[in-house]
Amino acid sequence: MLRNGQAGVVGERAWKWGRVPEHPGFRNMSRSYVPHFIHWLGSPPNFYRFAGNVRPWLMAAALVCAVIGLYGGLVLAPPDYQQGDAYRIIFIHVPSAWMSLFIYAAMAIAGLVALVWRVKLAEVIAMECAPIGAAFTLITLLTGSLWGKPMWGTWWTWGARLTSELVLFFLYLGVIGLYNAFEDRRRGARAASLLALVGIVNLPIVHYSVVWWNTLHQGSTVNLFGHSSIAPSMLWPLLVMALATHLYFFASILGRARTGLLSLESGKQWVRQLVTDTSR
Amino acid sequence: MASLTQTVDRGTGTMDVTAVARSSRRPGTWRACRALLRRDFVLAWRRRGELFLPLLYAVIVTALFPFALGPEPELLGRIAGGVLLVIVVLAMLPALEAMFRADLEDGTLEQWLLAPQPLALLALTRVIAHWITTVLPLIVVMPLLGALLDLPMKVLPILIVTLLLATPLIALLGAVLSALAAGARRSGILLALMLLPLVVPVVIFAAGAIAAAQSGMPYLAPLTWLAAALVLAIVLAPLACAAALRIAVES
Repeated sequence: MLRNGQAGVVGERAWKWGRVPEHPGFRNMSRSYVPHFIHWLGSPPNFYRFAGNVRPWLMAAALVCAVIGLYGGLVLAPPDYQQGDAYRIIFIHVPSAWMSLFIYAAMAIAGLVALVWRVKLAEVIAMECAPIGAAFTLITLLTGSLWGKPMWGTWWTWGARLTSELVLFFLYLGVIGLYNAFEDRRRGARAASLLALVGIVNLPIVHYSVVWWNTLHQGSTVNLFGHSSIAPSMLWPLLVMALATHLYFFASILGRARTGLLSLESGKQWVRQLVTDTSR
Repeated sequence: MASLTQTVDRGTGTMDVTAVARSSRRPGTWRACRALLRRDFVLAWRRRGELFLPLLYAVIVTALFPFALGPEPELLGRIAGGVLLVIVVLAMLPALEAMFRADLEDGTLEQWLLAPQPLALLALTRVIAHWITTVLPLIVVMPLLGALLDLPMKVLPILIVTLLLATPLIALLGAVLSALAAGARRSGILLALMLLPLVVPVVIFAAGAIAAAQSGMPYLAPLTWLAAALVLAIVLAPLACAAALRIAVES
């Protein structure tokens, strides 16, 4: 624990005693601990710099993983005994489908943080998640449609998974639409965060009701914690692609949150400082 | 107490305002809800022309189906249940959008927030009043609309029971979204977009019950699912609605 008045105490008491509260800073991590780091990161100027430093590395790692995963999936992996080469679309389709759910969960968690603690950064992150998630959902739907034509003989069926994914797409569009319908962006972010939370309660309900209603999609073949019914030579490129999409998402959200913070805080001192520093 | 007096006064102008002001205790929860219900009914009655708009919409859309699909009774009878269900959902949409908007604009919602009664309960009261004034008439004319589409007589009671369970559920879900969208600039198509994912399970189970009744199969299971969802929504939706109203009012 830190004592009062020492670096890191940003409470009212430190302020009352006339000391200017000092952030622990990223370099003082050895003295500090994880909550302090998160608190430090929650401040927009710190986040702006941190994200700017980390983002290129994440993007580079995502690119490397994508190249390895695509090479493994499109060249090294053998053709499927039933579907031939057509199955290779899973190296795009399945990671995108995983991401569409993962990003929704990330958006809902950030939205919860934004609603409960009113962290400005969490609002920005939740709202910047939505377009990325919508894009991954759209990719999933389109690649699934392309895959469905040769395999099932139709572009679209009202199968359980397809319908759930379509509903997920509408959930994303609703969040984006609600956020943009507000003039006050912070109020819009909070309203859309609540909508995202309502949606995450709704999503399993939609999924099971649609399963009850109709099902055609093939079952899951990848099981992380048990026996997968997919050959290892096909599995590893899939997992590498999943890693690549996750890394891309983190890089993308950092970049988007940076620009989001800049426009939200455009009148603040640190942004002015930044602009004068770069224009000089 | 002052807030309640003001609310009642603006709404009706005819209510016994002094009776509320005279009592020394603060008005109880039940009394506040009753006053709110009465105010909503009086407001709806003063603008009773608007109450017929959803009905008119439902009749027009129902009348268009035979022209589009041909007048064969077998075909119309087969699809009538599902069509009427969708028509009711669509007819509910415009009224849902206006559920909280006027109250937000004239400051009534701020009084709700200040009132000693729980906001969630006030929101639930509003949903009940809204359902009675705008949705119940739609269900009342169901026999007429069913006759237009040659709905089999044995399906009609099941359709009405299904609607009695499904429409309050949709109204509760819609109230949350309406409260969310109340503070936004424009929300016409936005509410439909937000409502679609929430309404999908309701429509699936409601249509399941109707289809089962039409083909002579047991229809109780989907109906009980709907009832369970309704009970859950009565508890949870007002809480979410209250949170959304707080976001809408703060600025």
